[in-house]
Order: sequence, then C-alpha cells, then structure tokens
Amino acid sequence: MTSMRQVFVDTVEDVMRHDPRVAVVLAEISRDAFAPHERVINVGIREQAMVGVGAGLALSGLRPVVHTYAPFLVERPFEQVKLDFGHQDLGGVLVSIGGSYDDPVWGRTHQAPGDVALFDTLPGWTVRVPGHPEEVAPIVRDALAREDRLYIRLSLRQNAAPHPVVEGFTEVRRGARGVVVAVGPMLDTVLEATGDADVTVLYATTVRPFDAAGLRAAVDRADRADVLLVEPYLEGTSAHPAAEALADVPHRLRSLGVRRDAELRAYGTAEDHDSAHDLDVLGVAAAVRRMFGHPVAAA
Amino acid sequence: MAVKEKSGFAEIPALFRRMTGDEKHEWAAASTLDVLWVLYDRVLDVSPDRVDDPDRDRFLLSKGHGPMAYYAVLAAKGYLEPSTLDTWTAWDSPLGQHPDRVLVNGVEISSGSLGHGLPIAVGTALGLRLQGRTARTFVLVGDAELDEGSNHEAIALAGRLGLDRLVTVVVDNASGTHGWPGGVAKRFEVEGWQSSTVDGRDQEALHAAFTQEHPGRPLVVVAEIREGEQR
Repeated sequence: MTSMRQVFVDTVEDVMRHDPRVAVVLAEISRDAFAPHERVINVGIREQAMVGVGAGLALSGLRPVVHTYAPFLVERPFEQVKLDFGHQDLGGVLVSIGGSYDDPVWGRTHQAPGDVALFDTLPGWTVRVPGHPEEVAPIVRDALAREDRLYIRLSLRQNAAPHPVVEGFTEVRRGARGVVVAVGPMLDTVLEATGDADVTVLYATTVRPFDAAGLRAAVDRADRADVLLVEPYLEGTSAHPAAEALADVPHRLRSLGVRRDAELRAYGTAEDHDSAHDLDVLGVAAAVRRMFGHPVAAA
Repeated sequence: MAVKEKSGFAEIPALFRRMTGDEKHEWAAASTLDVLWVLYDRVLDVSPDRVDDPDRDRFLLSKGHGPMAYYAVLAAKGYLEPSTLDTWTAWDSPLGQHPDRVLVNGVEISSGSLGHGLPIAVGTALGLRLQGRTARTFVLVGDAELDEGSNHEAIALAGRLGLDRLVTVVVDNASGTHGWPGGVAKRFEVEGWQSSTVDGRDQEALHAAFTQEHPGRPLVVVAEIREGEQR
C-alpha cells in the first residue's frame, strides 16, 4: 500500500500543477520523494532557516508546505514555528513524518511524542492526525486550499481501512458505559481492545480544534460520563480540552499515550514500543476493562 | 492607513523626543538611523498607500530592539501619525519596544527575537522571485545578532540560491562578545555574497552601497558605527 508520505507528496505535486501559490520547503528529508520543481526548495540540513524561509514564502504571497522528520520540524526550530508563523500571523502547512516512534532503531533523536503537546502551547494551529493513507489526500488538499496554520502528522502506523475525513469526531461504535476517543492510527487497536466492552468509540483525525461538542454529545448519550483518550503521542495531550469539554459534568477521564515519566532507552520495533507504553491491544484492553468493565474491576 | 504629512530628516530629533523625552543625544546615538533614513528616503520603492502592493520593495527590520529610529522614520514618511509616537510602549499603543507587523502600518515583520529576520528575508526574496516579481528585499541585522546560527544557515542558503534581489544590511557597532575576526563582510563573501563595508553615518556612502549592481548574487552592506560616535 502507498505510504502516507507518498500520498502527501503525490497530492502536493498534483495541487502544484494548477495552484502556483503552493511551494515546498525541505531539509533533505524526502528530497527524493519530490520530483524536481522550482517551487520545491531543499535548503539542506538547516531546519531553523527552513521554517523561516517557509514564513518568508508566505509573506511573499505563497502557500508554504514545510516538511521534515517530526523532531526537526517541531522541536528543533520551535521558536521559529512560534514567531515566524504564529507571531507574524502567517499561514502555512507543516507536515511531519516519523510519528512518535515509527522507526525506533534510531532511538530518542528521531522520536517526537511531544509534538502535538507543543502545538498546544501556540494559539491558532489546526492539527490533523490521519490514520490511513487514503485519509491523507483530502487532508492535504484542504490544507493547501486554506490560508491558516496547520500541522499534519503523518506516520507509518495505520488502520486497516480509511474513514471519511470530517472536521469533528466520527462515531464508529455506540455503547452505554462510556466513551473512548481513538486518535488517528490508534483506531484499530482501540476497536480490538473494546471488542467486548459496551462503549462508544469516537474516531478523530482532527485533534485541534478539539471536538468538544462531539465528545459532549457522546457522553450525554452514554449512561456514565466516563472518557478514555487513546492518542499515539504524549499521554494526556488532549486531557486539557477534554476536561474543558466536560467542565460542568461530573466525569472520569483517563488518558493513554506515550508515557511521560521516562525516556525509554530501547530500540526494537514500533510494536515493542506500543507494548512498553501499554498502547498495544493488551494494554488498551486492560485500561478499558478497568474503566468500563466488570463492576468489581471498576470499583 | 496613510498619513498625509511627511517630514524631512531635520524633523527626526523632534520625532525622537516624542518617545524618549528630552535626552539630547538619544536620537543621534541610534545606530540604525542613517541606514533607515537613506533606505526610506532614497532607496526603497515603498509608500504608505502601497503597504499591500505585492510589487513594493520589502524592508524587514530583524534587529527589532530599540526601534525608536524605525518608528521615527515611519512617522516622518507618513506611515504613522506623529502623535502615535507619544503613546510609545503604553498599554494600548501599537508601538512597543519590539515592532509588531499586526499593529503598525508598514511594518513587514514582527521582530525582537534575534536570528529570525534573515531567514524570513531569504524566503521572501525567494518567494518574490518564484512569482516573477522584481521587488527587492532588504533586511537589517546587528553584528551581535550574527551570533545566532540561524543567520548562518540563511547566509549560506541565500548565496547558493543566488538571490540577487536580497540585500542584508549589517549595522556593525562591534557589539558581539566574541567578534568577527577579519570583519563581518568575510562571513558573507565566503558564501558568495557581494559586499561593501561603509561608514554607517555617511548617508552618501550608504546610498552608493545600497544601489550598487550585484548581478547573480545577494549583497551585504556592512554599516560600521564606531563606539561613542555621535553626529
């Protein structure tokens, strides 16, 4: 199957054919994925300048796409993201690959589980986390047609089947005992882990703005205001907007994600890391059982 | 919003006083003043009624701290009502200790954090070139600001891309702690820039430096301001 990155590249190249506003800035990563084009600029290994150059392209009237591996796009040039796009009030599309730990043999240097949490410190960013390559094209087309700031988080991790891309949460399954929110590539794991639980499962590709109304409506339909967030990045990243959405409802909220309390010094496979963070089916199912399961277990 | 009244260089001290009070030499000590005046008076193809014209020249003030000279020149050139200078740094003033493009007519970038303006200017010059526009992009940085590594990323990139409508003005008052052996211009030349080093108080020399031909490559003008130098 075509990877999310390849769909991203194909979609950008297709849009560039008829939209002369679109320009791409790269820092070596994915340089061979794009065909040579005057509006595809590889700045070399210069991530700070890459983000500044993207902002300058926006100032000149273009729609910049700034792309590299997640840690080098978001963490290294974070002040450029904050000031050159946000403080200047410029639009742009930042697109990362690598996810939280797509390729763990590289270790911590190539992991960025904190990326979405970092964007939460900046106002005005839309954050999209597709869970399937076929969801990438509509997300990228929409981003290129807009004027504002978006972060699109691509990954090698994916669900077996795509879902229609919508702004808010999609109800994939309905149940009575509570609500599980599955972000992007976590959906299949959540569906398997909740197979025998009587819960609503909401699927999210757009995580910012957070669909507070969608969560609230699902909670209102359930017997209990119990919510489990399952995100492929830092644990509890969406706990703040979820708690705000339920501010006037007595509720329980639990968050699963990449653990915050330790730097995991291990290589192996992405699946090994899922299990270390309790983000595999076993780990998520255990959390589901504790929260929504047998009355004794829930006590 | 364009302001009708325009002033000459002789009005600058009075405009400065509206922000800084009666400190006699404040205006004369501003290291960027002559550079800014020459650019806005004689070099840049800009005007207050064309701030959104895609073909206007761009001036990006990267060295955004101590922007009084910038505000004074913008007021003298009709971008700001001079009375706005009286509100400088007040709660609801558009004029802060760092300029904000969202708040001030004619300000191209919000600056103050060092090392941002030059990479943004490279992107702007590149974007204008990609769109076939002939507008030039000027960016003003300080010599100490060159300590920031982001500038060196941008200097190398601009040289390699041959951005011949990009001009960097380095106001060099020797304020960098570790300095630049051999002079600031060398750092640019090695990356393929054309360079001129001139007296930053000599308006004729600045004008000649800014308007020289530099086909196929970007231009750096190092405007030297020596310590304690006053008009």
